[in-house]
Amino acid sequence: MSTAFDSSELVLNMGPQHPSTHGVLRVILKLDGERVTGTECVIGYMHRGVEKIAENRTYAMFAPYVDRMDYVSAVSNGLGYCLAVEKLMGITAPERSQVVRVVLTELNRIASHLLWLGTHALDIGAITPLFYTMREREEILKIFENYCGARLTTHAFRIGGLQYQLYAGFEDEVRAFCAMFPAKIDEYDRLLTGNRIWRDRLEGVGFLTIEDCKSLGVTGPMLRASGLAWDVRRALPYSGYENYEFDIPTGTRGDTLDRYLVRIEEMRQSVRIIEQAVARIPEGAIVARGMKVIKPPVGEAYVPIEAPKGELGYFIVSDGTIHPYRVRVRPPSFLNLQALDRMAKGALVADVVAIIGSIDCVMGEVDR
Amino acid sequence: MKTVIEFLKKALLLDLLEGLWITFRHQHPKNIYTEQYPITRPAIAERYRGAPRLNIHPVTNETLCIACDLCKIACPENLIVVGFVRDEKKRKQLTTFTYDLSRCMFCGLCEDACPVDALELTQDFELASYTRGGQIWDRQMLEEGPRPTEYRQ
Repeated sequence: MSTAFDSSELVLNMGPQHPSTHGVLRVILKLDGERVTGTECVIGYMHRGVEKIAENRTYAMFAPYVDRMDYVSAVSNGLGYCLAVEKLMGITAPERSQVVRVVLTELNRIASHLLWLGTHALDIGAITPLFYTMREREEILKIFENYCGARLTTHAFRIGGLQYQLYAGFEDEVRAFCAMFPAKIDEYDRLLTGNRIWRDRLEGVGFLTIEDCKSLGVTGPMLRASGLAWDVRRALPYSGYENYEFDIPTGTRGDTLDRYLVRIEEMRQSVRIIEQAVARIPEGAIVARGMKVIKPPVGEAYVPIEAPKGELGYFIVSDGTIHPYRVRVRPPSFLNLQALDRMAKGALVADVVAIIGSIDCVMGEVDR
Repeated sequence: MKTVIEFLKKALLLDLLEGLWITFRHQHPKNIYTEQYPITRPAIAERYRGAPRLNIHPVTNETLCIACDLCKIACPENLIVVGFVRDEKKRKQLTTFTYDLSRCMFCGLCEDACPVDALELTQDFELASYTRGGQIWDRQMLEEGPRPTEYRQ
């Protein structure tokens, strides 16, 4: 008779209350000594049935709920949902609102990456960067609060455009942030990139090839770190992204350090986009005509956008009423999390912390 | 030569010292960001979506609410209850207004829906109460703000 003691395999639960799993992710690690031989993710601790809730709400009512999926980049979620409903209705938002949307979503990308950088560094053991990244994130959240009245779950956009006019001093505040921020990125760079401990922990950990990414549906900074310059903003432009100049940073090796470098560079590119966008905010209406009652015709629409974590898609089926028939969300975190097993195999237990951190998953979005 | 420099960098902990220097510079008083919350109040944005308020006319002290029910229809959580009676001219008169703050997600859709700017989300953010019932605001609380907590020994 064989017992569990005959096998040298050790099963270890990581989470759901582990601080480095960024929420309620439970990872079952199969260990051979200190080496990971396999992982299994247990998700669903934060399942709220958002897709089902959508079926009992009107289109306008559901907009605040999407903020609560990926709550660190609520603005991007709102943009994806609004674009999907707009596509369903066959309208486009006015020029002014499109440019404001770009400014706010790029600010949100920076805010999301800053939170990621701080917590990722915290997982690795560098506590100080968290305070610095939170400080800069606060500036962005202040802009959000001034613009739409909320800091995190913003509900900044409405279907067909925007709800709020820009406040006096919006452009100046955004410009001041853009002027201040690149120096801060250099500071993080000096603090971390050259740091020996940081490099030793991240270099050569959690390799992911382009083929792996393609077969698992991994998108966003993780895919770009593997070397494929795929960015929805460039490949399938929305909200006028074709008018902005920016580079798509890519990595070469596809390890955890590359994913860190790609995200750092993405923040610099976001600043570039914001600077271009804020210089060209046109005058005009902020909301399209006929947005009093949102009643799309029968049909379906899928709109992907480049959220901070990857390709965020909204697929909406309409049956011609004021309620969506079905809303399906393609969350980037959920698909990126699948790559954990591929990356963690053969790694050490401590590396799993670094790998989970580099996925940048938000459990609110994974479970929905 | 290169290996010597590498070795010296390693031995003298230059990477570490550079990081420590950045941290040390933040000791400067102008880099300190602590907010002494109850003593100094945070600056709240004008558009902040906090506690709801039902506005009254500043001169006549009559409510601005016309009991049109639009806020109730707009609310995703269905937490607003508007009570009204019809007067002799068949016009709606507001009697009660209940707002369940415990279910509110401060999306601002009720505020947007209001045609007469009666319902408004204000800058008040201190919404804690000792009971669940305290989170359900009636018309008086919405018009006058939450009653001050009474403390007993």
